[in-house]
Amino acid sequence: MDFIVTNFGAIVFYFLAAITVAGAVGVVAFRSPVRAALSLLTTFLAVAGLFVLLHAEFIAAVQVFIYAGGVMVLFLFVIMLVSSRMEPDESQYMRRLAPIAGAVGVLLAVLVGIGAWAATRAPAADVAALTAVAGQQAGNTEAVGWNLYRDYLLPFEVVSIVLLVAMIGAIVMGRKEKEGQA
Amino acid sequence: MITTTHYLVLSLVLFSVGVVGMVVRRNFITVLMSLELVLNAANINFIAFSRQLGQLTGQVFAVFVITIAAAEAAIGLGIIVALVRLKQTVQLDTVREMEG
Repeated sequence: MDFIVTNFGAIVFYFLAAITVAGAVGVVAFRSPVRAALSLLTTFLAVAGLFVLLHAEFIAAVQVFIYAGGVMVLFLFVIMLVSSRMEPDESQYMRRLAPIAGAVGVLLAVLVGIGAWAATRAPAADVAALTAVAGQQAGNTEAVGWNLYRDYLLPFEVVSIVLLVAMIGAIVMGRKEKEGQA
Repeated sequence: MITTTHYLVLSLVLFSVGVVGMVVRRNFITVLMSLELVLNAANINFIAFSRQLGQLTGQVFAVFVITIAAAEAAIGLGIIVALVRLKQTVQLDTVREMEG
């Protein structure tokens, strides 16, 4: 019992990390796009949980709203829309990539090993600043808002223009072309 | 004790799985979903370093990354819809020329 109490953060981290990686592998491994999409949804939700662990509550909420809500619904809509034209066999193609995949896997294992070794000697973090507004304690959302609208107002406006352009682009591409119109 | 390095390792694994998905799958929709995995890995890095350094800048940039990811998903899925209308397929290797 003591073990669970003292290591609660670590247990939650490993649990969420396992779900994240399993969901990611599912995205790549599932043949059916609907299953891949639901697997991706699992990953998004687990990553939102990790953000809470990292004291980024606002980003966690945004992750659930935008990714698990908006982007996911968009993906599922398009999958349903085009699902009748799916998926010839890919196994032949996968087999040719097997040696490369093996090499990349070994490299990844080495990197994870190095990281696990480095993790044992990393310094602890200071988290009080993540909820401070003008030197006083506040909520994480308030602190992010202060930063976003005071220090990063111009990038914020630029991003809104990017979103507008993306919206116009998506509408133009998704529109049916009428007769006599280019 | 979970340190920033733990999160970096997780982000590395997530990024690698995403890149593998982008390379080995030929279904355009799956490739887009793998791209979302890569962007999520980037976000984990941003927020892990935000905690490590005690600065909110990482979280602010994570907001920007999420916005760009949403725009990218909208554009990518718009391309898929246009592609299906034009070629009746979502397999990337069957699309070899830019002119319709």
